[in-house]
Amino acid sequence: MTARDTGGRTLGETAGMSGRSGPAATLIPALTVTISLLGLCLLWSLAANAWPSRAFPGPGQVWQVLLREAASGDLFYHLGTTLARVAAAYIVAMIVGSVIGILLGSHRGADRFFNPWVILFLNIPALVIIVLAYIWFGLNDVAAIGAVAVNKIPNVVVTMREGARALDPSYAEMAAVYRFGFLDRVRHILLPQLQPYLAAASRSGIALIWKIVLVVELLGRSNGVGFQIYLYFQLFDVAAILAYTLAFVAVMLVIELLLVQPVERHAARWRRRPT
Amino acid sequence: MQPVGAAVPLRVDIAEKTFRSAQGVSVTALKDLSFEVRQGEFGCLLGPSGCGKTTTLRILLGLDKQFSGSFQLPEGGSGGIAAVFQEPTLLPWRTVEQNVRLALPKSLRTKNLDGLFDTLGLAGMRSLYPAELSLGLARRAALARAFANEPAMLFLDEPFVSLDGRTAEQLRRLLLTVWSARPTTALMVTHNLAEALTLSDRIIVLAPRPAHVLGIFDVRLPRQHRSQQAISGLLQSFHQKFPGVT
Repeated sequence: MTARDTGGRTLGETAGMSGRSGPAATLIPALTVTISLLGLCLLWSLAANAWPSRAFPGPGQVWQVLLREAASGDLFYHLGTTLARVAAAYIVAMIVGSVIGILLGSHRGADRFFNPWVILFLNIPALVIIVLAYIWFGLNDVAAIGAVAVNKIPNVVVTMREGARALDPSYAEMAAVYRFGFLDRVRHILLPQLQPYLAAASRSGIALIWKIVLVVELLGRSNGVGFQIYLYFQLFDVAAILAYTLAFVAVMLVIELLLVQPVERHAARWRRRPT
Repeated sequence: MQPVGAAVPLRVDIAEKTFRSAQGVSVTALKDLSFEVRQGEFGCLLGPSGCGKTTTLRILLGLDKQFSGSFQLPEGGSGGIAAVFQEPTLLPWRTVEQNVRLALPKSLRTKNLDGLFDTLGLAGMRSLYPAELSLGLARRAALARAFANEPAMLFLDEPFVSLDGRTAEQLRRLLLTVWSARPTTALMVTHNLAEALTLSDRIIVLAPRPAHVLGIFDVRLPRQHRSQQAISGLLQSFHQKFPGVT
């Protein structure tokens, strides 16, 4: 009864705040997510009990491995290494891809000339770029991060090119009349208009990049989550493989909730809220 | 209006401006367009829709450099030139106050704008985003942005178009109030004769395409004496001088 009362009041408050995000507004979705994930775990554990096999461990076993790896410190070392590579590749890909994309989007001639290059790089398999990077630049982190970035850059270029084509010239003209400096133009005219495209590119970017980072680590690095997965693959230790995978997915989820979404909310603060 | 310092007028002398369409058809928009607005004067470019008024303004604003001829802008003031566009063109992701301050030169960014915002009735709206303003208020913010600059030359491109009559009238009065506080050489584009007669010292009447100057109509009556009757008297003498121009 009390639970329902608080629920009712929460709803009332949410409506009163006209859609602004408060602690109450985030509580209900969080609860739904938790219940949904618990349901998935339950399903997994039932399936693992129905078909007992070393190749299909239940959530309990995976949790045990996770605790063991965490206690030895290995988990955090490898997670940290992979995360650092993801961050480096992401930053390089976003900056290089955005600059190229904006240039192509605002210069018709350059776009016509370089468009075949973009299509070519979009269609080179990730594996080929990784192998070539290791052959040409050696088995080191620069080659690894560079290969991941090169895989992602064409995607960013395509998205940001669309964004640059959609730029409203009247803002640029206003900035020209009032003599905005270069940095002011980038910060107050260009980036806010490109923000939805930047958000789309980063969203799809992070997901793609961390998957490619694992392949890069598997092929040519001696640490990181990808390397650990390769190691446990040779031992056929599925529980450890799942433990590392889930740990990294959890890290990415936390980044999404604590970093990406608040940043996007801040960037969209000026948009009129749907009522 | 006593000119300050060297009286440099706005002097326009555009020989020709031609647009080339994608199909290769060329259209001459302006031909031998020359006129002058004296320093501290409020000038109006009056002409029918599509006669090339906005094209002229774009050339003077430096947004269109493909033309033959020359022009000279008044100097002095801190911000050089300022413009009020047909649309308010406020940055939707910045507040009203940020929009005004961003258009200021770095040295003036922190100056006190209370008086200007008060005069324009925007005092309570400084922290709102443009999407939260009505069109009339957004146009006031665009005026604030232009006047905060203390420009040597002010361009206005039909700043009161698509407003209802009362709001437009109210905004015209506000424009005169802020303009009188610091008379600036101004050039406003309009197709509204009554508006031109209310606001300006000098009306430059344009002929349809290719635009050239049909004649100049100087309004010598001080603005405070331009009542309804005075305006209709001015209208009559305007029609005598320019029969056929509405």
